[in-house]
Amino acid sequence: MLRRMAIFILLFLIVMPVTAQENVLTLVTHDSFNVNEDVLAQFEDETGITVQILRSGDAGTMLNQSILSKENPLGDVMFGVDNTFLSRALDNDLFAPYESPLLENVPDEFKLDAENRVTPIDYGDVCLNYDVSYFEENNLALPESLEDLTDPAYKSLLVVENPATSSPGLAFLLATIQAFGEEGENNYLSYWASLVENDVLVVDDWSTAYYAEFSGSTGSEGTRPLVVSYASSPPVEVYFMETPPESAPTGSIVADNTCFRQIEFAGVLANAKNPEAAQKFIDFMLDVPFQEDVPLQMFVYPVNSEAAIPEIFTTYSAIPEKSATVDPAEINAKREEWIQAWTETVLR
Amino acid sequence: MLPRDRKGGSQARPYRFLLLIPLVFLALFFFYPLLTIFSISLAPEGQLDLSAFATVITSYYYRDTLGFTIVQAVLSTVLTLGLALPGAYIFARYDFPGKVLLSSLSTLAFVLPTVVVAAAFSALIGPRGVINDALTAVFDLQSPPIQLERTLAIILIVHVFYNYAVALRIIGGFWATQSPRMEEAARVLGAHGWRLWWHIRLPILRPAILAAAVLVFIFTFTSFGVILILGGPRFATLEVEIFRQATSLFNLPVAAALSLVQIILMFALMLVYTRLQRQPATELQGRVARRPRNMREWMMVIANVILMVILLFAPLLALVLRSFMSEDGLTTQFYRLLSTNPRGSVLFVPPIQAITNSFLFALVTTLIAVLLGSMAAYLLARRESRFARWLDPVFMLPLATSAVTLGFGYIITLDEPPLNLRASPLLIPIAHTLVAMPFVVRSVLPALRAIAPGIQESASVLGASSWQVWRLIDLPLISRGLIVGATFAFTVSMGEFGASSFIARPDTPTMPLVIYRLLGQPGATNYGQAMAMSVLLMAVCAVSFILIERLRSAGIGEF
Repeated sequence: MLRRMAIFILLFLIVMPVTAQENVLTLVTHDSFNVNEDVLAQFEDETGITVQILRSGDAGTMLNQSILSKENPLGDVMFGVDNTFLSRALDNDLFAPYESPLLENVPDEFKLDAENRVTPIDYGDVCLNYDVSYFEENNLALPESLEDLTDPAYKSLLVVENPATSSPGLAFLLATIQAFGEEGENNYLSYWASLVENDVLVVDDWSTAYYAEFSGSTGSEGTRPLVVSYASSPPVEVYFMETPPESAPTGSIVADNTCFRQIEFAGVLANAKNPEAAQKFIDFMLDVPFQEDVPLQMFVYPVNSEAAIPEIFTTYSAIPEKSATVDPAEINAKREEWIQAWTETVLR
Repeated sequence: MLPRDRKGGSQARPYRFLLLIPLVFLALFFFYPLLTIFSISLAPEGQLDLSAFATVITSYYYRDTLGFTIVQAVLSTVLTLGLALPGAYIFARYDFPGKVLLSSLSTLAFVLPTVVVAAAFSALIGPRGVINDALTAVFDLQSPPIQLERTLAIILIVHVFYNYAVALRIIGGFWATQSPRMEEAARVLGAHGWRLWWHIRLPILRPAILAAAVLVFIFTFTSFGVILILGGPRFATLEVEIFRQATSLFNLPVAAALSLVQIILMFALMLVYTRLQRQPATELQGRVARRPRNMREWMMVIANVILMVILLFAPLLALVLRSFMSEDGLTTQFYRLLSTNPRGSVLFVPPIQAITNSFLFALVTTLIAVLLGSMAAYLLARRESRFARWLDPVFMLPLATSAVTLGFGYIITLDEPPLNLRASPLLIPIAHTLVAMPFVVRSVLPALRAIAPGIQESASVLGASSWQVWRLIDLPLISRGLIVGATFAFTVSMGEFGASSFIARPDTPTMPLVIYRLLGQPGATNYGQAMAMSVLLMAVCAVSFILIERLRSAGIGEF
């Protein structure tokens, strides 16, 4: 009986046809993509398009899978490739150009592809977060620059992520590369060597850094009051607290050149089966309802300047005035070299 | 070694072709995708380019990585077996209250995502964990006395935590069917202590010990999450390096070369193993466990149970406590919050749905894996199949294969009808089955090989049909193995082993996935909910394990 049932299931698995539906749009994205159900339903109602969401791991895995399958793409539109991966996507001709009329509301600094093969959707800054009570109790001033972190006053206080395995880790490495450059005596590697001397702690992923090592997250057993996270983490920390606090337990440091800006893009996949729907979806993502939904769903900021930002974000966080940026083409060309050099300096 | 020629015996020929089904499954869902991704990686323009191999082989970095991978796997395997062997002994030989429950629950460790296990251990032995807090308070210390973070020690401890049940259940399951008569005879003749272990027990158990050792070794050799999260960036196994090369750097040639090195090493190991595992058919007996008779036996049982509680259940208990703890004391709010969706987000999954998804995937995985796995075991147990020695390692290969590589393979091969599965939820149980099947094979095969063929032949001479022979002779003898295999298959799937995070999934979120999502966001309630979901995951598994055990006593019959 069991055997027969299992054979049946096996056959079913092999021959089950993929049910064809009309006007379905498949969105290829990473595990963190999120949107309000009503906002998405409104798009589906207005356009008659059914949106199917296909997720595959982190941004890197998603992108690589899409490159491998570009002749017969997994879906019609992709969301979630950021400026650190942008060149890899463009070099592999992953996207078909589409210029959304709504781009006029987007500041030029976010438009990184002149041919509009990708459309900016949101941005966020990878910044240092600090444990407010630690700095108050110890009467310690906040670090105001990357150099400050090598000051003995901040010895054994910082935890960062490994750039080889973590996206905020890579962003922070890029910020130091932009700040110190690759040439000369005081280059980014010598900076990292002094961080190591100052007992920086490196862990492999954001969750470990933030929940296990950082002392500021509520209820944490961590011991480090400084962590590489996002500028938006403090408001999110407040948002998800059990009881609304009088003041935020964590803060972000947004001093000039201490943060790295990540911009996330969407694009119509080349060879998509339903490119019209894909274009409509890009318009939808740039439009105000989706853009205003972005902060509390994905904890990033909208690129559309018409979109209002929720109060909790303006109260508990600030947008850095001058973030580090590195040319995507350069990131693509040198990622391996930089990570390798960093690994040799910091981990060996 | 007794002659065991089954040719023309009770094995009915019409069913033989069935035994090839597991091979077809492997060919379709393992070799085809894997070979395709290898050929694309190593011969992108149709021209084979082996420079990646040269890089891998000549680089000190990769050599060190390989060295560390092997060393930690050997240490983990030795430790796990050393600790699990006495446990297997008391489980096989003695009956004591709570035995079945304890053995089922020992498998719980196996199901938890690494992030959660890391949280459990940090709540227990972290710098601010329960034990360190207690020690600092009692001895008035300045700093926590136990500092295991990011050390080889914590990697080994967690590897033992994960794999103890594998060794315990495979060895214990096999041992329980071995007649104690040989041992008793040896005792009468004056063998005691180490002599008894060395000359009698270990040789009898060799097939099961080797089977467990090989599984534990492969598991720890390809360890990924434990190394990343608990070991930290200073430690890297080949598997971690493959992941880095494939996702972050998109260096497919090097990723493929490393995957191949890993597969070849594992294949060689398995070949050695299949040579070693040939065994004498031993005397089987249905039920040998009995109550401990004297103080010494009771002490032995109790000592083992205490060890298991400390090793396996203390971290789990810490996790349960953590899920009820908030800033303001005990609370059930994290459990309540799980079913709320204040942001109305599409990522939200009602817990019951995550449970249903996980459960269905696990059920399908278990059915396919038990079915295909036992067919494979039969195929391998047949003496005339000369190529069995080569075939056996082949069935183990999926365990040794990097999930991210196979995931890429799926994307490029399963993209056309009739195999247009790459974006289908069905791909998840298929991927899980690849990992689950070796457990079934390893659990069933030792029992199957230990059946003296004479019994089956006598039965068929006496007029039993081949179905009756299987139902009345094979099934009772392999049922323990089947139950162990099924439990692991179920667990592998519930725990969402790596593979499925590297395949494109439509929205059928499982419990581990919900845990990962919650831990990907800041905020105390997210963390609390992740702990609560982990506890639910354990609870669902615990109930399922007990049901699987029941299946044996109800359906197959205690023998």
